Amino acid sequence: MASSAAATASGEPPAILFFRRPGAPFNAALRQRFRVLDFLASGEPLPVFLAAAAAAAPDPPRAAVVMGGGAARVDAAFLDALPSLRCLVSTAAGVDHIDLAECARRGVVVANSGTVYSADVADHAVGLLIDVLRCVSAAERFVRRGLWPLQGDFPLGSKLAGRRVGIIGLGNIGSLIAKRLEAFGCIIHYNSRRQKGSVSYKYFPNVHDLASESDVLVVACALNKETQHIVNKDVLEALGKEGIIINISRGANIDEGELVRALNEGRIAGAGLDVFENEPAVPAELLSMNNVVLTPHSAVFTLESRSDLCDQMIGNLEAFLSGKPLLTPVLP
Amino acid sequence: MASSAAASPASGEPPILPALLLLRTSDASLAAALRQRFRVLDSFASGQPIPAFLAAAAAATDPPRAAVVVAGGVVRVDAAFLDAVPSLRCVVNTGTGVDHVDLHECARRGVAVANSGTVYSVDVADHAVGMLIDLLRRVSAAERFVRRGLWPVQGDYPLGSKLGGKRVGIIGLGSIGSLIAKRLQAFGCVIYYNSRRPKDSVSYKYFPNVLDLASESDVLIVACALNKETRHIINKDVLESLGKDGIIINIGRGANIDEPELIKALKEGRIAGAGLDVFENEPKVPAELQSMNNVVLTPHIAVFTWESKSDMCDNTIANLQAFFSGKPLLTPVLP
Repeated sequence: MASSAAATASGEPPAILFFRRPGAPFNAALRQRFRVLDFLASGEPLPVFLAAAAAAAPDPPRAAVVMGGGAARVDAAFLDALPSLRCLVSTAAGVDHIDLAECARRGVVVANSGTVYSADVADHAVGLLIDVLRCVSAAERFVRRGLWPLQGDFPLGSKLAGRRVGIIGLGNIGSLIAKRLEAFGCIIHYNSRRQKGSVSYKYFPNVHDLASESDVLVVACALNKETQHIVNKDVLEALGKEGIIINISRGANIDEGELVRALNEGRIAGAGLDVFENEPAVPAELLSMNNVVLTPHSAVFTLESRSDLCDQMIGNLEAFLSGKPLLTPVLP
Repeated sequence: MASSAAASPASGEPPILPALLLLRTSDASLAAALRQRFRVLDSFASGQPIPAFLAAAAAATDPPRAAVVVAGGVVRVDAAFLDAVPSLRCVVNTGTGVDHVDLHECARRGVAVANSGTVYSVDVADHAVGMLIDLLRRVSAAERFVRRGLWPVQGDYPLGSKLGGKRVGIIGLGSIGSLIAKRLQAFGCVIYYNSRRPKDSVSYKYFPNVLDLASESDVLIVACALNKETRHIINKDVLESLGKDGIIINIGRGANIDEPELIKALKEGRIAGAGLDVFENEPKVPAELQSMNNVVLTPHIAVFTWESKSDMCDNTIANLQAFFSGKPLLTPVLP
C-alpha cells in the first residue's frame, strides 16, 4: 500500500522517527512508505538526533515509532526537542517508556500494538507454566547431559488440573491465559483494578489475598506506578512454598531481589520468567536453578505476530497521517 | 481398606492375605501400599532372575492368582510367563500401554488384564501440549541460550511460530488424544485426526489414513497404542507428506516412529522439528538428536506427576480388590 493518503505538500513521503533495532523486515516496510529517520542507525546521541530531526527537510517528523526496552524514553525533554511530533506508535503493548501525562498535556496521540501479541504472550505464559510444573526444560537438560541411562528416572513433576491460578491483570492477555488454563482443568482467580462482571472467575481485591489462595501467580498487568513491584516479599510469603510465579509482563512488576531470595531459600517452589528488571542481564543465581524457566523476552516473538505488528504499526501511522483515528489508541 | 476378600482365618490368627506377584519396580511406595493388602512376592526385592522368581512363586503353598506388572521393558507377559505361573488369572498393569503383554495368549487362557485406564491421560495430554508449545516457541532452546549467558552477547533469540491456526493431526483419538484436542482448541489450533474408526461424537475432520492426515497437518501428534498395525506408523512416507515445516510430537511409544528415518528427516531439514518423550531403545537417546536445537527430548516423563502416581496406586489396588472379590475389573483391557 503506497502512502498516497499521507503525502506531504512537497510530494515526498512523510518523515517518521524510528526508535528500534535496525535490520528487521519491518524497517523495510516502513521505508517503502515513509522517510525513516532511524535513531539507532544514526549512531548519534539522542539530543543530537532529535535536533537534527527537528530541522529535517522538507518536513520534520510528525510521528515516531518507538520500541520499549531502553532505546528511548519519550518524556518532556524528548517532546520539547521535537515540537512537530504529534503521534507516537509503540511497537509493544506496554507504553511504560512513554510519559503519557506529558503526551496528554500536549495533545500528542499514542498508539500501542493493541492485541497483536496477546495470543502469543498467553501461549508463552502457559508454556512456561507447563514447563515449570512438568520440568520440561530441566528434563531436557537431563537427557542432553546423557544422564538418563546413568541416573534412571527423572524426578516427578506436578499436575496442572485443579491448581488455583491467580492472574494479576485480567486484560487481553490475562483473559486469554485464563481461557487456555481452564482447558487444562485449572481454577482461575484474578485481581484487577475493578471486578469484571462478564467473567465467573473469583475476584480478589488485592494481590496479597489472591496469592494466599492461589497455587500459581501469573503477572499479566501493565507496568505503572501502582504495579511496580506488585509482587513483593509479602506477596511471595502469601503464595507460599508450593507456589509458582509466572511473569510475562515487565521485570519491574516483581521485586527481583526478593524473588531470587525466596527461590534460594525454598520459600516458593518455582518460577517461569520471560522478563527481568535489567534485561538482558539475568541474575546469576537463577541460571543455576533447576526449578526456574528463563526465556529472553520472547513471549511476543513469533513470525506471525511480527508480521501482524508490522501491518498494525503502518495502519496506525497511515490513519494518523490521514487525519483518521488511531487503530489501537492508548491516548486519547 | 482391609483385605476383606482374603481367605477367612481360623479365629485368633491374622488374616491370610492373597498372594500377589509384583514385577518389576524399585518404587518402594507402590510395594508398601500393596503390602498392606496383599502378600507381595516382589521380583525386585527377591534379587532373583525372573524365571527363578516365577518358579518359586508357582511352587509356593498359596501360589499367586494375580500379578502387578510395571511396564518398562524388563517383563514380558508372554506364553512362557503364563506357563510358569498357571495359577495366574489376572494381570494388572501400572501403565496404559500393554504392548509387553501378549493379549492373545492371555485371552486364550482366560487371564483377565487391566491397565491404568485414564489415570495418566490428563498428565500425558498436558505434557504433549507443553512439548508443542516448547517446540513452536522455542522455550527450552531459548532457556539454553539464556543459561549460557548469550542474551547480553547475541541479543534477541530467533522468532518462534504462533500456535493459533496451526492444523494439528492427532493419531489416535482415545482418552489422551481427546484431551490433547480439547486443550489445543483453546489455543486456536485446528484439530484433525486419524483413528481406526471415525468418531461421531466429535466435529474434528477425520482422515482414514495417516498419510493423508500428514499432508494436511502442520503438526502430527502420536497418541495411539503400540501394536502390530501402529509399529512405525510414522515412516518415511508420512514424514515426506508432513513436509519441511512440519512438527512431530510422540507421547505414544518409541516404536510408533521409524526413529532412524526421523533423525534423517530432521538432519536434512525435511521436517522442522520433533518433541519426543519416548524412544525406540530407552533410555538410549540417539546422539544426533541430542545436539539438535529444533527438538525437545524428555525421558518418558509424560505420565510422571506426584498426583498421577498416587492415582495409579489407587487404581491398581482397586482393580486387584475387584478381582479378588470376584467382581469385574475397573479398567479392563481383557476381557
